[in-house]
Amino acid sequence: MLTILLQRLAQMAFVMFGISVMVFLIFFATPGSDPAARIAGKNAAPETLAAVRHDFGLDQSLPVQYAVMMKKLFVTGDLVSFVNRGLKVVPAIVEATPVTLSLVFGAALLWVAGGLAIGIAAAAFRGRLIDRLLMILSLTGVAIPVFWLGEMTNLLSQNRLHDTLFFSWVPALGYVPFAEDPLGWFKALLLPWFTLALGFIGLYGRVLRASIVEIYQEDFIRTARAKGLSESRILLRHALRMSLVPFVTMFGLDFGALVGGGALMTEVVFGLNGVGKLTYDSLQSLDLPVIMASVLYASFFVVVANALVDIAYLMLDPRIRSN
Amino acid sequence: MPRDAAKTTGNPSAGGAEGFRPGERQPASTDLALQEEMLDPPAPSPWVSAFRSLLRDRAAVCAAAVLMIIIGASVLAPAYARFVAGVDPFSSNLEGEILLNGESVPVLQPSTEGLGLGVIPIGPTWQVNGYFLGADEQGRDVMARLLYGGRATLLIGGLATALTLTLAAAIGITAGFFGGWIDQVLSRILDILWAFPIYLLAISLSIVLLTARIEIGPFVIDSGSLVIPIAIIGIIYVPYVARPIRGQVLALRRSEFVMAAIGLGVPSHRILLRDILPNVVTTLIVFVPLMMALNISTETALSFLSLGVQSPGASWGTIIRDGQSLLYSRPWVSTAPGLVIIVTIVALNILGDGVRDAFDSRSKLRP
Amino acid sequence: MTSPLLQVRDLSVSFASRKGQTAIIETLSFHVDEGETLCIVGESGSGKTVALMSMLGLLDPRSARVEGEALFKGRNMLQASERELQRIRGREIALISQDPMTALTPVHTIGWQIVEQIRTHTGLSRRAAEARALELLGEVGIARPRMVAEQYPHQLSGGMRQRVVIAMALSCNPSLLIADEPTTALDVTVQAQVLDLLRRLRRDFGSSIVLITHDMGVVAEMADRVLVMYGGRVVEEGQTEAIFSDPWHPYTWGLLDSIPPLDGPRPERLFSIPGSPPQPDRRPAGCIFRPRCRAALPECNLAPPRQRGADRNALCFLDEGERPVARSAARRSEEQPA
Repeated sequence: MLTILLQRLAQMAFVMFGISVMVFLIFFATPGSDPAARIAGKNAAPETLAAVRHDFGLDQSLPVQYAVMMKKLFVTGDLVSFVNRGLKVVPAIVEATPVTLSLVFGAALLWVAGGLAIGIAAAAFRGRLIDRLLMILSLTGVAIPVFWLGEMTNLLSQNRLHDTLFFSWVPALGYVPFAEDPLGWFKALLLPWFTLALGFIGLYGRVLRASIVEIYQEDFIRTARAKGLSESRILLRHALRMSLVPFVTMFGLDFGALVGGGALMTEVVFGLNGVGKLTYDSLQSLDLPVIMASVLYASFFVVVANALVDIAYLMLDPRIRSN
Repeated sequence: MPRDAAKTTGNPSAGGAEGFRPGERQPASTDLALQEEMLDPPAPSPWVSAFRSLLRDRAAVCAAAVLMIIIGASVLAPAYARFVAGVDPFSSNLEGEILLNGESVPVLQPSTEGLGLGVIPIGPTWQVNGYFLGADEQGRDVMARLLYGGRATLLIGGLATALTLTLAAAIGITAGFFGGWIDQVLSRILDILWAFPIYLLAISLSIVLLTARIEIGPFVIDSGSLVIPIAIIGIIYVPYVARPIRGQVLALRRSEFVMAAIGLGVPSHRILLRDILPNVVTTLIVFVPLMMALNISTETALSFLSLGVQSPGASWGTIIRDGQSLLYSRPWVSTAPGLVIIVTIVALNILGDGVRDAFDSRSKLRP
Repeated sequence: MTSPLLQVRDLSVSFASRKGQTAIIETLSFHVDEGETLCIVGESGSGKTVALMSMLGLLDPRSARVEGEALFKGRNMLQASERELQRIRGREIALISQDPMTALTPVHTIGWQIVEQIRTHTGLSRRAAEARALELLGEVGIARPRMVAEQYPHQLSGGMRQRVVIAMALSCNPSLLIADEPTTALDVTVQAQVLDLLRRLRRDFGSSIVLITHDMGVVAEMADRVLVMYGGRVVEEGQTEAIFSDPWHPYTWGLLDSIPPLDGPRPERLFSIPGSPPQPDRRPAGCIFRPRCRAALPECNLAPPRQRGADRNALCFLDEGERPVARSAARRSEEQPA
């Protein structure tokens, strides 16, 4: 077990290194344009360009440039935006993180609960009308683009139906810190949570149902029946318990991906200043240092989430544990 | 659904150690196997029987019909724009007027809301001869843009799918068949690509590609080129397909019939061509509709983030983005493309399920 | 005479297929007496497993149609509600399934799975159930029950797993034990141990056993009575000695002749019944065995009658007088394969 963990850690370190190199190469070594000009932003003054060149060691070899970049990001944390004069990039990301985490945590609760409910209900009624209805609804949920759903939610809750009983409680778009006003925080995030969660509810419901139905073909389910267990116990303690392995895996990866930038579109549509919105805004102004930093931080978060998933995997599946 | 979720639907360590062959079955128990055999009498060929069972799948056939209608409408976009509506979907039409109920009405009307400043585009006329869904801020016909947008979205989706599957097949087969250090290197590259947050990867790639003209030999890629979203989308999902293919090839490589062929001294290219490729092709076919769905949703998301199809070009995502500022006054601009996206993706998924069931009755691939 | 423990009458099972209903089991009747071991023999596909699964309500009701009557202690299992069946399954009738490798849920420990069954049927506390589980593991010959109880199925060998499955089946002292080819998936040495175990358990617990097998060797060793199935029907039924010394049905002849002799010169090649059993949807009219039968007669195109004797019967046209001649003719043709 320990060797597996160490192996995973080494793999994780390697993937992180690989990602940082890839990001670095994308920004610094793509043919066609001068990285200094990219970092400095549109129509930068010659002095700025020269400063950037010096600052990032652009006149030196690529490995040196890579080292300079990593030092700025992770050691000194003094990467500065040129477009957005003097904005310290790392603190900006740290500041945006709680927003993203609030959004993703709430949505995750919703989608795990919803996905489990739909998956279990559909599996329990497999082949019947309820199952088919649930699966069609899930598929539709999966197909709805999250940014479009966000816009439609805004259209109704902020505009068309804002004055009705349903949506009169909805505050204006934007984030309210939990520490300032917990109720305001909840109100501001409730619709974004549902918007972000809907597609995942559909996806998780479908995957869970498929997994349970497949497990029902297994011999040990027949054994469980022959033992005289109730249908609900067979479903929950045997079939569902087996399906939890892929379910948890999926959850970990999706959670990581969302915190690592996947929630971008929800943040943009609902005006939540999280890491995704920060990246998006920098994208609009072509503010490369911010993008670079958030991409790296985000990918590292994803890698950590993947590693945690592997550990959860070991906990959930004894077969992997002992191999 | 765009979202990174897509790449996680398989679990990472179950990348697919099991391969499958068309028509192969694993008996759950003797009597169940017997029951299954009984249901499916031996078929003439796995391809024919797969196709036949697909035709029997009513949902899949309906989905295919819906897709044909959407594709047909997109193909006929120029005909609609030129002959039916008589509009230009790409250039702005700020001064234009249209005939409505015998009256000439400006496409962009003075705004009556707020301070009465600015203009507001005409809403849906619900008449096919122009501005069926109204106009956008540039006075362009949204219906015509929707049809043209379908062209771009479907084209990007299709070509990106072709790119993904080609790359994934090449990488998966190479890694799985040759193994050793080649497999190690390729697998690690896939690991890195897999861990990379998809939208951030797309943002990184497109920001670099969009800020510069790229010249590779005789090819020049301009910032507005469709090649950019195709390349980005085509690349980011490669691990998603390459991993199961690698696993499948690995399993085939260890199977008795391939071992026997190697033992008999059959050259590797013959083995690849005769034993490995046909099996991989089935897997690829199963992936086609599902990757299409994924790629289309990714394209619309990227275009919504202004990283895909660039204005004045149109894709479904671009139109939703254009409609953002008109959301409260002219909601149809954003609503219509969203509905079309949903229908398309639902249809592709239903078709995909049908294709998977037809080609792979054991459903080992579950994207 | 007391009524038997299990009395099955006219059991028919059919599955839905594209071409409509396909019959797997047709009008099957048999009984199991208190304390006896009944062996059901037949090639795979003869419907042995399906018959017993249908009785326990373990077939998928959406595809399988079950008709007839299966009286267990006087209650008709086929009419019983799901709740009643759950009370009977695992407590009064226990199942030992064919493949111990896949019969246990991989993510729960052995102990957990046995305790689960005990607590489902009895009011025992967790602690008492755990103690009982250890006791059971000891009874089936597991040397270190405490350790095994904490292990997961994949950590055990096939033989050990089959012992665990048997321990679990015995946990509520069932009056009927159904063992579905319990030894097929095991090594020969382990097979012998498991059969030994079953015999001992029957002696100690007094349960009836229905043993499904295709191995006549196992039948000779274990059975009090034998039921020979072919194509979803009972083709012959009788006491073990009677069946072995004087088989009536040509299919049974074939089964017996394919056992390697224990003494005398080894034959050059063992006999095997030519051909293979028909698919359920392609069973011939009349006698189903006719296409493979060495003693087939013209009238075999019609439904064969049931020949009856003391405590036994066979589904064949050959009557008492015709049998010896037909058998020696068949023997000769076996020795000179066509």
